[in-house]
Amino acid sequence: MIVGILALQGAFREHEEMLTRMGVPCLQVRLPRDLAKVDRLIMPGGESTTIGKLLVMYDLIEPIRQRVLAGMPIWGTCAGAILLSSKIIDGKADQPSLNLMDIESRRNAFGSQLDSFEADVTVAGLDAPFHTVFIRAPILEKPHGECHAIATLPDGRVVAARQGHMLATSFHPELTLDDRIHRFFLNL
Amino acid sequence: MAIEKSTWTTKAGLAQMLKGGVIMDVIDVEQAKIAEDAGAVAVMALERVPADIRKQGGVARMSDPDLIVRIKESVTIPVMAKARIGHFVEAQILESLGIDYIDESEVLTPADNEFHIDKHRYKIPFVNGCKNLGEALRRITEGAAMLRTKGEAGTGDVAVAVFHARTVLGEIRRLQSMSEDELYSAAKNLQAPYELVKQVAQAGRLPVVNFAAGGIATPADAALMMQIGVDGVFVGSGIFKSGNPSVRAKAIVQATTHYQDAHIIAEVSKNIGEAMVGINISSLPQEQLLANRGW
Repeated sequence: MIVGILALQGAFREHEEMLTRMGVPCLQVRLPRDLAKVDRLIMPGGESTTIGKLLVMYDLIEPIRQRVLAGMPIWGTCAGAILLSSKIIDGKADQPSLNLMDIESRRNAFGSQLDSFEADVTVAGLDAPFHTVFIRAPILEKPHGECHAIATLPDGRVVAARQGHMLATSFHPELTLDDRIHRFFLNL
Repeated sequence: MAIEKSTWTTKAGLAQMLKGGVIMDVIDVEQAKIAEDAGAVAVMALERVPADIRKQGGVARMSDPDLIVRIKESVTIPVMAKARIGHFVEAQILESLGIDYIDESEVLTPADNEFHIDKHRYKIPFVNGCKNLGEALRRITEGAAMLRTKGEAGTGDVAVAVFHARTVLGEIRRLQSMSEDELYSAAKNLQAPYELVKQVAQAGRLPVVNFAAGGIATPADAALMMQIGVDGVFVGSGIFKSGNPSVRAKAIVQATTHYQDAHIIAEVSKNIGEAMVGINISSLPQEQLLANRGW
């Protein structure tokens, strides 16, 4: 099994290092032809506007959508989660999305960089809280249909959601040494 | 649940999210929107781009907070702004504006000829310039959460950017080949803390993200810096002093992503208009070099 990591922009190296530590083969994906070689896809954190534009310019939107609809597991962290959602709130007017998960993402939902934070989050299916980091993070609103929240903050705001073989986290497991969410994804 | 804001991980982490991207200098709301539309990962809000600072001379200071706030309100991507080296009150002002990053920049006229800002005291993260590894590690010790090699801003000549990036990366490679006892001497020569030197020797890279800056004017320049081994690029005068800023900005963004693919770089380099005229750095007198500011 080869895990693809979307490498248009952002923290793709961190995901790669985590998977390498776990002994999982991975491949950077920049073009549609790279996509054909992978069995799963991680979309990293970064700037969702930048990654979205490059997805459109290099004709990756439909090939990724088709692979995921045909069963390829996908996981988006932060910007990647925004790109998976069916609706983007507080984004640019024409911001592209893969429109795969039945959830709305609100960009920069906590404020500016000064409001970025670290916290322990309880994630359904994990034995103990997950210490992680939120950087200019989105929140995931109104999961519906097959999509359900798997982690919320104490005030109820959703920060991780799952819809079958699709996973979205508004935080960054790749910036920690804790590989439990990567393992969770590899088992989807 | 304990929530901790403005930790080292959140500060250095934002820079990690900018990797593989282009940060563009903008002087007004219109340029900021063009930059965001072109795919910039962040904008640097300032009154004058380095090429104009160079031309007009005089003292270059922090930009008008009103301009910075208007730019911040006009885009959804992170906004950075520059404070003078050592001007910790300009830094306090910029932090109060709620922007995302401060650049303690040699492009502005230094306010302190001995001390840089003590960046650990701030909630907001800082990016600093460096010409070599010693300077890079001293800035990290002071609290910089991101670095950029300085290059020579406002020239459109990439030679100094190449020199500084090669210097930093070459010095890291030399550290990796050293024995433990040699590292003590290396730390002394670098004028940097031993623990940090040891950490860099073991990891084979800086503990923070390092972009290239100063003189990048074409898609090929951006890809050159990426292939040399930096994490992303700052483009100052190179975009909005060119013939067609929007097209050039998009081309530089694509070349930064596909920096290893010559076919794509060739494609995006076609018909993008005039590059900024530029100044050959070897024609500049020593006292006009901005990179020598900072200690």
